[in-house]
Amino acid sequence: MNTAAAPPLARNLLSFARLLRRLGFAITATEMGTWQAALALVDPTDRSRFKAASRAVLVSRQAEIPLFDRAFDLFFRPQPPNTPRDFGRLLARTPALARVALAGVSAEQLGADRVESDATVVERQDRYSDTELLRHKDFAALTPQELAALRELVRSQSLDFARRRSRRWQPTRAAERPDFRRTLRLALRSGGEPLRLAMRKRRERPRPLVVLCDVSGSMAPYTRILLEFLYALLKGEGKREVFAFGTRLTRLTRPLRKSHADQALAEAAAAVMDWGGGTRTGEALRRFNIEWGRRALGRGAVVLVVSDGLDRGDVALLSREIAHLARSAWRLLWLNPLLGVEGYQPLAQGMKAALPFLDEFLPVHNLDSLQRLADHLARLSTGARSGGRRRQAAAPAGRRGEGNA
Amino acid sequence: MEELTEALRRAAYFADEDLATAVFLALKLGRPLLLEGEPGVGKTEVAKALATVLSGSLIRLQCYEGLDLHSAVYEWDYSRQLLAIRLAELEPAEGGSEAVRRRIYSRDFLLARPLLQAIESAGPGAAPPVLLIDELDRADEEFEAYLLELLSDYQISIPELGTVAATTAPVVVLTSNRTREIHDALRRRCLYHWLEYPPFDKELAIVEAKAPLASRALAEHVVRFVQALRREDLYKRPGVAETLDWAAALRTLGAEELAPELVERTLGLLLKFQEDVVVVRERLLGPTLAASRSH
Repeated sequence: MNTAAAPPLARNLLSFARLLRRLGFAITATEMGTWQAALALVDPTDRSRFKAASRAVLVSRQAEIPLFDRAFDLFFRPQPPNTPRDFGRLLARTPALARVALAGVSAEQLGADRVESDATVVERQDRYSDTELLRHKDFAALTPQELAALRELVRSQSLDFARRRSRRWQPTRAAERPDFRRTLRLALRSGGEPLRLAMRKRRERPRPLVVLCDVSGSMAPYTRILLEFLYALLKGEGKREVFAFGTRLTRLTRPLRKSHADQALAEAAAAVMDWGGGTRTGEALRRFNIEWGRRALGRGAVVLVVSDGLDRGDVALLSREIAHLARSAWRLLWLNPLLGVEGYQPLAQGMKAALPFLDEFLPVHNLDSLQRLADHLARLSTGARSGGRRRQAAAPAGRRGEGNA
Repeated sequence: MEELTEALRRAAYFADEDLATAVFLALKLGRPLLLEGEPGVGKTEVAKALATVLSGSLIRLQCYEGLDLHSAVYEWDYSRQLLAIRLAELEPAEGGSEAVRRRIYSRDFLLARPLLQAIESAGPGAAPPVLLIDELDRADEEFEAYLLELLSDYQISIPELGTVAATTAPVVVLTSNRTREIHDALRRRCLYHWLEYPPFDKELAIVEAKAPLASRALAEHVVRFVQALRREDLYKRPGVAETLDWAAALRTLGAEELAPELVERTLGLLLKFQEDVVVVRERLLGPTLAASRSH
C-alpha cells in the first residue's frame, strides 16, 4: 500500500504497524484488515477504547503487552506543539532508537557481544586435532583450535531422547486395547461380521526436557561448549527449554532456537546479563519454580541442572527449591564438570544440599561424558513404564564417569 | 458497548473497559476470543456470563491431553450400528447391503460432541450458542491444528456423511492457563485478552454479589487480605475463585471478623501448596492481617 496516498488515519495506522513489526510483532495484512474493521466499531476519539481495541487485535501474548502499551503511548500521544509532527513516523523509521526508547534497554546491554567476538577468532583456525584425544580431554584444558574442532563435533551430534506414553492412541497389532471404530470399519468388508478385532495402544511422545545451566565465573571454561551442546539439544523432537543462571535466571530457548548456530549462540550470549559473575542457585531455582515451573515442565519432564555447585547464595533456600523442583520433575539430574576431576568430593555446601534430591549425579567435563549423557537420556525411556523412581542415595555417584579422566 | 458492560454486570460479571472492548469486538467481528491469565482469575466465567447475556446455550469443551476428534467433534454410535446390522440380517430390506451401509452411516447414528453441537446449533433466528474451549493448553498440538481449521471456516467434514457447516458463526471463547504456549497461528485467528487479578473494588463487588458475608467491613477485610497475599512471593497466588471459596467458608463458619486462629484454620482454601501455607503461617499471617484490617 502506498503510504503517501492514504488518508491521515490510515497512514498513521500503517506507520504504527511498521513500528510494531520492527519491534518483533507478527502483523500481516490479515491483522491490518481486522484492525481496521475493529476501529470502525469503536469511537475513534475515545483514546482508551481505541487502544483497547488495537491491543485485542494486534497483541497475541501477555509478554507483548508492556511493549505494545509503551509503543502505543509514544506513537499516539497527544503531541506538544513544538515537536515535529511526524514524530511517530520518525520513530518507526529508526528501529534501533525505538527499541532503546521503548524497552528501556541500556546501551551496554545492546553491545554485549564480547563473548561472540572471542568465538569468531577461534572460528578461523585449522581443525586438525585427533578426535579420539578430544573426546576425553577436559573442556577446561582445550586450546582454541581444539575447542573449534569440538564445536563441530558437538553440532553434528544427534541427541535422541527419552519418550513417555502420550494419551493419544495409535493402531497396533499387539493385543492392547480394542479399537471399536476400526473393528467396525473392517467388519463392513465382511458383510457386517466383525471377524477381526482391531487394536490400539497409547502413542509414545518425547518427554519435555528442561536444562538449567550455570554460567557463573567458576563455570566459565565449560559454558561455551555447553551452550553448543544445548543448541544441538534444542534441535531435537519434543518440548525443550534452556535457561541460564548465575545471579539471575535468563530464558535462552528463544535465542538458541535460531537456525543458524553462530547467530543463535551470539544472541544467547547477549541475552545473559550475568556472565561470569557469582552464583545464587537457590534464588535462580525459586524464580524458575514460580515463573516457569508449571509452564516449562509440563508432563513428566526430565530436568538437568548443570553446575559445579559452588554457590554463594542461601543454602537453606537452595535445599527447599531443589526439593520442590525434584517433586515437579519426572527425573532430576545434576551435571557437574568437577566430577571429572580425579578425587573430587562434593563437599561444597550448595552441592551437599542438593545431593539428597537428585535422581542422578553425572559428570560433564569432556565430549565423551556428553555423549554418555545423550545416550543415557535416550535410555531413560525404558524406565518409563516401570513407574516408581529410583532416587539415588546421597553417596557421591560420580564414579559412574570412570575412564573419563 | 456500555450496554454490553452493563449486561455483563447484571450477569454478575464485572468487566473492565479493556475486556469489554475485546468481548464487544469478538461479537461484532465474529472472531474467537482467546483469554489468558493466572488460574482463578475468572476466564471461564466470562464465557458463562456471555451465554447469559446472549441468552444462548453454553457448550463447553474441557480440553485434556489426548482429546481427539471422537470426544471433541463426533463419534459413531458403534453398538447401535452393530445392532442395526443384525436387525438388517433378520429382515433384509430393499437395496441390500448398500442400503444398510447408508443407513448406519446416517445422521441418526452420529453422536454430536461439543464442537459439532456448536456448529449444528448456530443457526439464523436462534440465539447464538457460546462455545467455550476451556484450558486449551492441556490439549495437544494435533488438536490445536484441527481447531485452527475449524475456527477459520466453521465447518466440519465427516467422511461418511458429508460436510456440516454453521449458518452463522458461533461465539467462541478459548481459555489457557499457559502451561504450554498456544501456537502462533491459532493466536492470530483470535482476539486476545490477558486477564489480571481484579483490583480491590472490583473483587469486593464480586464477593458481595456471589458470596455475601456478615458485614461489609468483613468483606473488605477479606478482600484486602487476599490482595495482600497476592503481592507475596508464593508458588500459587490465590485467585478470585479462592477468594469466593474462602468467603463462603467463613460464612458457613458464622465468622463476624477475621480472627488469626480462624484464618489459620481456613488457610487451605486460599493456598494450595504446603510450602506457601508454611510461609504464610510463620511469617506473613500476623502482619498482613493487621495491615489489611483497616484503612
